[in-house]
Amino acid sequence: MSTFLQSRWSVLAGFAAGAVLLLVAAPAALSVFNLALLGKFICFAIVAVGIGLAWGRGGMLTLGQGVFFGLGAYIMAMHLKLADAALFGGSGVPDFMSLYGSGEVPGWWEPFRSPVVTLIAVVLVPGLVALVLGLAVFKRRVKGAYFAILSQALAAAFAVFLIGQQATTGGSNGLSGFRSFFGFDLKDPSNKLMLYSIAAVVLLLALAAARQLMRSRFGELLVAVRDQEERVRFLGYDPATIKTVTYVIAAVMAGIAGALFVPIVGIVSPADVGVIPSIAFLIGVAIGGRATLLGPVLGALSVAIAQTSLASTFPSFWVYFQGLLFVLVIGFMPGGLASLPRLISQLKQRRTGQRSTAPAPAATPDSATAPTTIPEGASR
Amino acid sequence: MRVSVTKRALMPLAAAAIVTALAGCGSQISDPASANSTASGGSSCVDTSGSSVKVGFINSLSGTMAISEKTVFDSLSLAAEEINAAGGVMGKQLQVVSEDGASEPTKFAERAGKLIQQDCTAAVFGGWTSSSRKAMLPVFEANDALLFYPVQYEGLEASKNIFYTGATTNQQIIPALDYLAEQGTKSIYLVGSDYVFPRTANKIIQAYAAAHGMKVLGEDYAPLGSTEFSTIVNKVRDSKADAVFNTLNGDSNVAFFRQYKSVGLSAESMPVVSVSIAEEEVPGVGLDNVKGQLTAWDYYQTLDTPANKKFVAAFKAKFGADRVTSDPMEAAYTSLYLWKAMVEKAGSFEVDKVQAAAGGVSFEAPEGTVTVDGENNHITKTPRIGKINSEGLIDTVWSSPKAVEPDPFLASYDWAKDLAK
Repeated sequence: MSTFLQSRWSVLAGFAAGAVLLLVAAPAALSVFNLALLGKFICFAIVAVGIGLAWGRGGMLTLGQGVFFGLGAYIMAMHLKLADAALFGGSGVPDFMSLYGSGEVPGWWEPFRSPVVTLIAVVLVPGLVALVLGLAVFKRRVKGAYFAILSQALAAAFAVFLIGQQATTGGSNGLSGFRSFFGFDLKDPSNKLMLYSIAAVVLLLALAAARQLMRSRFGELLVAVRDQEERVRFLGYDPATIKTVTYVIAAVMAGIAGALFVPIVGIVSPADVGVIPSIAFLIGVAIGGRATLLGPVLGALSVAIAQTSLASTFPSFWVYFQGLLFVLVIGFMPGGLASLPRLISQLKQRRTGQRSTAPAPAATPDSATAPTTIPEGASR
Repeated sequence: MRVSVTKRALMPLAAAAIVTALAGCGSQISDPASANSTASGGSSCVDTSGSSVKVGFINSLSGTMAISEKTVFDSLSLAAEEINAAGGVMGKQLQVVSEDGASEPTKFAERAGKLIQQDCTAAVFGGWTSSSRKAMLPVFEANDALLFYPVQYEGLEASKNIFYTGATTNQQIIPALDYLAEQGTKSIYLVGSDYVFPRTANKIIQAYAAAHGMKVLGEDYAPLGSTEFSTIVNKVRDSKADAVFNTLNGDSNVAFFRQYKSVGLSAESMPVVSVSIAEEEVPGVGLDNVKGQLTAWDYYQTLDTPANKKFVAAFKAKFGADRVTSDPMEAAYTSLYLWKAMVEKAGSFEVDKVQAAAGGVSFEAPEGTVTVDGENNHITKTPRIGKINSEGLIDTVWSSPKAVEPDPFLASYDWAKDLAK
């Protein structure tokens, strides 16, 4: 009981430290430009939390989170385009439509004029798509590599579809040039700070939700499904439902992240939602440690930060470095960087001749991931 | 039990987080009405007090476009080196900050923001694809900064924050059509990559053809990077068109021309006019596949002007005798000199003063004298039709008698009325 209380307080302290760091320290220390950059990385981290649940906990290798990220992003982008057109254009038609299209807003854009519909759709559309897909796939007991290939094909198809619709989705140019966000001027630095803060809070909430889920009965079932799907079925549970629910949660997180990405970054294009970004989401998660709570987040953040700083200095080198890191982690450290402390302690124990009796199962989320590691990772 | 206790423990935390965020933004909300009036992001941080001034180069140094954009980066570097050797701009040495666009629009937008806000560059040079330009445009407009874009493009744009030193459609595509019409071409077939430039170019070609009694026998698109052209090539052959207008980009050209040749078509039987194949691309596409085919640009390495001889010699001296120069490279080289001339005319590095001074500024470029049009920020250019020779260089076979004024919205062409609103 006493250890439980300790862990409970350390969890609270960890979250509080994370909140202070993200919401107070970062805005104070970083320039407007770097804060927006961090905001973008936080969006990737929100996707990573979802992937951590679906892949790390549920064993579903989702190579297509770009689809849900893209749905959220394009829904938000469509709303911002329409709102801008109404505010500044006069005609109410987004600029690129009059250039490359018929000059009329297509019917399926119309609902996104409403801010309320947009906010609901950002959550609902990725969720529904994942629900339909999840039921179709998991009820038929499709899993493993087949599911991975299917999800990746979906990401590829989604990007090709967007590129083909020059007149209605902006094609390969994507949607960009947003000037306002629900009435707020996007050029104003204080509004940029607001957007960043929203993203940071959403990340903290996503983490809190993921932690709840991991520690709940559902979370234990999820891990059970990952490790022994047939046994869970024999116990009378339906693995398909458990997997679908998790997949939907991961999709919703990706959708919300996409919706936040658009006003923070100022553009979304098919290059942000296709196969390559979908895999890039995964790499951070794998490197950080997919089965843990904070591993995916810290992995996504550090990969994004490393990419930005390294790619400026060695543009062509980064891709190789990322590939190498991925291979090394998968080959020698399947638990990701989050398993590093455990590996080290195991090594120490081995050296002193002792054997650990419990091999620290990934099923206890807070064992290897003391949330007090937030400051270290986020301050990098 | 365990779960519910934790839940209770976390609830106040979540609530606290929300409250923090709301309190945080409550004080920062600006009046929505101000979105209409102010450009608050534009306070420039450019430092011109020292003996140097920063300029930014933004090109894809990685990704699919790197092979093309690296050449533009090289020629920009040459121009910067020459300008510095000659005493800089208004006595200040240029300090180049280079960023990688990584062939992704989002990366271009982000890195452009860095060059403006973080590095405080006085002007930025680069970009290649239309999507990279479209991605950067709002960034330059929001920060009121300057971008010099050096590649031919689809027109229908004129931002006061972008100077377009490549050809717009009436300096490349329309002259190419004029040339074909002059040669007695009665029917054409359109082949392009599926993105904004080919689609817009083909819209213009369709309108031109309709107005000039030319028949368009087909219009086909392949996804960017596609290498499967047997269907398209067979359709082209069966159409018996007089010529093909090719707006394919990148690797697709290799596959297209190889398969074009393999079905028995040639430059003699059915010439192909390409608008995206320059000296740089010829070896990649394969000289055997494209020898004798036509290109439409405003500059070729073989041009016989004193400025070009100097440019080609300097480029080869710096980067190697085997390197070639192309239209986008020349336009990039020219763009840096044009900016220098604008700054010197304005007597200032400030964006609004440079913009005000830009109109009428001219430069003795390798392609001939170019002059900035202050109305639309494009430059005058001399369209030239070229034929790929046996050395892989391009010989001029037709040249516009004089430089053509830029008309990005095709306002001076009656038949194009419906294209640009």
